[in-house]
Amino acid sequence: MANITFITQAGKSLKLAADSGSVMELAVNNNVPGIDGDCGGVCSCATCHVHVAPEDWEKTGAPGDLEKDMLEFDDNVNEFSRLSCQISITEALDGITLKVAN
Amino acid sequence: MVDRTAHQTCLIIGASHAGVNAAFALRKQGWKGNIKLFDREPELPYHRPPLSKVFLSGDTGVEDSLLKGISSYESENIDLQTGRSVTEILPKDKIVRLSDGETCSYDQLLLATGASPLMPPIPGLKSSHKIFGLRTAADARGIRNAFFASSGKRVVVIGGGYIGLEAAASLRKLGGRVTVLEREERVLARVTSPEMSAFFTRLHTDKGVSIATGRNVTAIEIKGSELEVFCGDGSRYAADMLIVGVGVVVNTALAQMAGLKISNGIAVNARMQTSDPDIYAIGDCTSFFHPRYKKEIRLESVQNAVDQAKVAAANICGIPTEYASLPWFWSDQFEVKLQMCGLASGYDRLVVRREEGDDPHQHSCWYFSGDKLLAVDAVNHARAYMLGMKLLKEGKHPAPEKLEDLSLALHPRTVLA
Ligand SMILES: Cc1cc2nc3c(=O)[nH]c(=O)nc-3n(C[C@H](O)[C@H](O)[C@H](O)COP(=O)(O)OP(=O)(O)OC[C@H]3O[C@@H](n4cnc5c(N)ncnc54)[C@H](O)[C@@H]3O)c2cc1C
Ligand code: FES
Repeated sequence: MANITFITQAGKSLKLAADSGSVMELAVNNNVPGIDGDCGGVCSCATCHVHVAPEDWEKTGAPGDLEKDMLEFDDNVNEFSRLSCQISITEALDGITLKVAN
Repeated sequence: MVDRTAHQTCLIIGASHAGVNAAFALRKQGWKGNIKLFDREPELPYHRPPLSKVFLSGDTGVEDSLLKGISSYESENIDLQTGRSVTEILPKDKIVRLSDGETCSYDQLLLATGASPLMPPIPGLKSSHKIFGLRTAADARGIRNAFFASSGKRVVVIGGGYIGLEAAASLRKLGGRVTVLEREERVLARVTSPEMSAFFTRLHTDKGVSIATGRNVTAIEIKGSELEVFCGDGSRYAADMLIVGVGVVVNTALAQMAGLKISNGIAVNARMQTSDPDIYAIGDCTSFFHPRYKKEIRLESVQNAVDQAKVAAANICGIPTEYASLPWFWSDQFEVKLQMCGLASGYDRLVVRREEGDDPHQHSCWYFSGDKLLAVDAVNHARAYMLGMKLLKEGKHPAPEKLEDLSLALHPRTVLA
């Protein structure tokens, strides 16, 4: 089981847990505002953008090529940006914090 | 605000991309009253695009790609009723009737009834355990079952649109012997340029899908366990199963019976309001004037369904909002991801940019009318797609010769005229 904390744009903190699926699915299933997941997780919509807490960046790892390109011209992109549909949930993510980018 | 809504009911017909997003957007915008969401399909609402993609070729079911988790409906107090079909709207009484005879009253009504596969009047062509449209989870399951049950795995797809080509790719990946029959002289004729059509024809042919254009299917015969497809030019194709992807019929029957204005879909204004001010319509079922293109259009895309849902929800909650979104769409076939933004119709100049990287497929098509960028098609090229989105949204126009110059990286700073 991995516990993941989402911080919304409104500054609200939501603690959720799951042991499989993607981070986007976890967020959508729990109605985390700002994570829409419109394309269903195929890296086509960029509506699942999060900023990983810098200290957790090692755990999530860097984006893949396609994902990096999807983020490149996003107004809210920063060096810790990820598309959360591309982050698979494993034990290794336990304890991470993600800020919703939109 | 909107305390007036506390004792009201917003009733939504159709719980797919449009209807479900509208229900959640209503809560977000402050709707305090009831939200009732009806769909005739039995499943929890799911993403449709995977039906022709990973759902056909992989081991995932629709339950793996739900639009929302079941608990979200509860937590947002959205009364989702699946497996329930609405048969009639009585706008004067503000009531809808369900197929079991029950009635349900509303204050605001939202039609999100989408579209259904078109089954053209061809002798022998009707849904069966071997002949399928592809719109629902049940259709996709039927296709998978028929495919695995057949020994020959010969699949004929009628119609070379996105859904037909995606289904062809997915079943080819599973070892199917797939033929696509297209009536026009090229696949995707109605939706994209000859260049993109040629690209996808080559992709499919290289992968072993047989694509036959100029094939007008005139009859289908069942011969024992086999189907035979006859075309106007005298050609015939034997098959174990058939997928029909020749377009859709818009689900306007309820709206029509209710006396709402219909054009190429349910007619709505920029606020998604129909000709009855208490009835809104969103998604694939609507026909609307798009301010970007200055003409009446109907779109079939997740983007359009979701964005119209948000606009309708805001207006229903008393927050005046108009629809003007930039259209975008994607399609996944084999190892190719196509991403499109804008609408290319009316272009008079096309710039094709082929990158020199490792991926032979990677390229982008930039459609112009004069100096004006209209649309971008990007193949395995998210960067081109996102740049196109950004420029189109900001109303900026890149210089064609700069796009053609491979020494310039794709970036707003480098490509602008
Ligand atoms: C196989 C396939 C692949 C696709 N791929 C892509 C893609 O890659 N990218 C993309 O952007 N778009 C894609 N699309 C299009 C996208 O799925 C549609 O644009 C989207 O589903 C439209 O949503 P909607 O809610 O308007 O309509 P629909 O999804 O058609 O939903 C309408 C709902 O209304 C219900 N309904 C209708 N009448 C009644 C009634 N009388 N009573 C109760 N319920 C009723 C239906 O059961 C249905 O669930 C694809 C579509 C298909 C079928
Ligand atoms: S859900 Fe669409 S890009 Fe992540």
